[in-house]
Amino acid sequence: MADQAHGVGGLTYDKSKRGWPNEANIFIALIIIIAIFEILGQVLPYMNGQSFLFDTQERFDSIFNEARLRIIILQVAIIGIISLGVTQVIISGGIDLSSGPLVGAAAMIVMSFAQTELVNGNPNPKAVFGDWAFDLPVLVPVIVGLCFGAFIGAINGSLIAFTRIPPFIATLGMFLICRGIAQWWTKGQPVSFPTESFAWLGAGMMPVVWFLLLAVLCHVILKYTVYGKHTYAIGSNEDAARMSGINVKRHKVMVYMIASMLAAFAAIILSSKNLTAQTGMGQFYELFAIAMAVIGGVSLTGGRGSIIGTVLGAMVFGAIQSGFTYIKLDAFYQLMAMGTIIISAVVLDQWRQQRAAAAA
Amino acid sequence: MSDTILETRDLTKHYGGVHALEGADFALKKGEHVAIMGDNGAGKSTFVRQITGVEQRTRGEVIFDGQPVKFDGPLDARRAGIEAVFQTLALADHLDVPDNLFLGREKTKLNWLGPFRLLDYKSMRQDTLAALQKTGVKIPNISNTIERMSGGQRQCVAIARTASFASKLTIMDEPTAALGVQETAQVENIIRTLKEQGEPLILISHNMRQVMDLVDRIIVFRRGRIVANLRKEETDGQDVVAYITGAKTGAEYEGAA
Repeated sequence: MADQAHGVGGLTYDKSKRGWPNEANIFIALIIIIAIFEILGQVLPYMNGQSFLFDTQERFDSIFNEARLRIIILQVAIIGIISLGVTQVIISGGIDLSSGPLVGAAAMIVMSFAQTELVNGNPNPKAVFGDWAFDLPVLVPVIVGLCFGAFIGAINGSLIAFTRIPPFIATLGMFLICRGIAQWWTKGQPVSFPTESFAWLGAGMMPVVWFLLLAVLCHVILKYTVYGKHTYAIGSNEDAARMSGINVKRHKVMVYMIASMLAAFAAIILSSKNLTAQTGMGQFYELFAIAMAVIGGVSLTGGRGSIIGTVLGAMVFGAIQSGFTYIKLDAFYQLMAMGTIIISAVVLDQWRQQRAAAAA
Repeated sequence: MSDTILETRDLTKHYGGVHALEGADFALKKGEHVAIMGDNGAGKSTFVRQITGVEQRTRGEVIFDGQPVKFDGPLDARRAGIEAVFQTLALADHLDVPDNLFLGREKTKLNWLGPFRLLDYKSMRQDTLAALQKTGVKIPNISNTIERMSGGQRQCVAIARTASFASKLTIMDEPTAALGVQETAQVENIIRTLKEQGEPLILISHNMRQVMDLVDRIIVFRRGRIVANLRKEETDGQDVVAYITGAKTGAEYEGAA
């Protein structure tokens, strides 16, 4: 049935009012950002006509600078996995500050279950399990990590749902607790040398594969399942959701559990990629993950956003970071510029929303 | 079994020392449309809040569909078949019309997936169109999110939601208070459709013309008590106002206020 068929009764349907998808804006922003860096590369005197995107020195078979593209997506893949969960939390009207420290704690725990028996024929100094020396199948550290994530997420979610403390406070507390767990687990010692099968999980471009697989999965559950619909509904109007018979408390626990399990999975991939786990791992990850979601159009007031947006937000984030390095901007300027960009993204988005609301 | 859908006996609510509602005896027949009128603070909304379980009554009985009931919350009341459209609309702003209509009772496929069972968008969309047709609600584009709609359209969606789930009783608390002329007319049309379908309704309204147009009976509240129970044919606007302001009190309610 055509939409106009029920457009009677003095109310007309103006097609021009139909929203231009937010994701398209982010995609355009991504292209503009890449173009700006490309131009800067040509214009800035010290760049010697290098190209940001293209292969100018005939190092690769393709026309693109594959090395840089690979770095961009590798850089964002692991934090991107976290941001998939953070996106769901923010859509439900919450916030998760504990994901970064959770990465640190989960990495330590996971790695201690993944350590190999011998390194170059010598016994691998076990950080936790002393003389207990044999290689565990890869499934063990993975399951341990995911269970740890689910446990932390369940605590986060239960605190928020049942004690009604603000998500900011609950996850801020968990932020410190997880940093503590990371240091307590090995008394600060790094844990290194995983089994070969564990190292495979994060080798080469595997983080990107996981990121994209999980992104598709999260997109499907948010867009096409009851879980997703209720997540949006709770973030949009919690009272309406409760009045409709949705078990809001149970749902919130589930959302935080999924987010923390994704963060724990990111820890698995990160420690596997680095072949080591250290207590400080995941620093700022919670903030970068939130930034990716926000750049991708996820509204901090809840109810709005998408996984496609977050993935594009992650790409924007990666392109900017990589671009700054490419034009040889010092690290401290990078942080300042990054902060400015995140603030501008939210301001722009709010302005756009207000305009859309005024037009309706 | 009688043909009475809702009855209250001595329904009373005290907020500390404030007697917001005192001994309300009220009955509603199946298919009947009743308006509740009264000044601000007369106890209209308090009365509705006791019936829908938003608040717990101090004293008295509520008999719904032949059974004495005591709802723990509005969700309980809704499950029993009492649908209320409140002044603050219970809609999710970022979702579209079918999503809101089916919120909490989605049609799904692959139910063995538990919370991750798939939404049956197509079927929900069809049912939404059917429900809108049934209630006479006209929404230009049901795929629009609620935040992009006008106040009247929102109100219509809320009412369509209420009406499309075979509820046994609909309660509307000032459904047109914030609406323009055209939108008010639309809401009133929906109410007429409900009447034709024999669905009982309690309407709280300050709009005399609307009340005279739409309902069978008018109940007047004053200072927490019911002071008049008037058949529409036997009264007029001035008469009702006299009851509201306290110039008159119904014979059977003498000594009430």
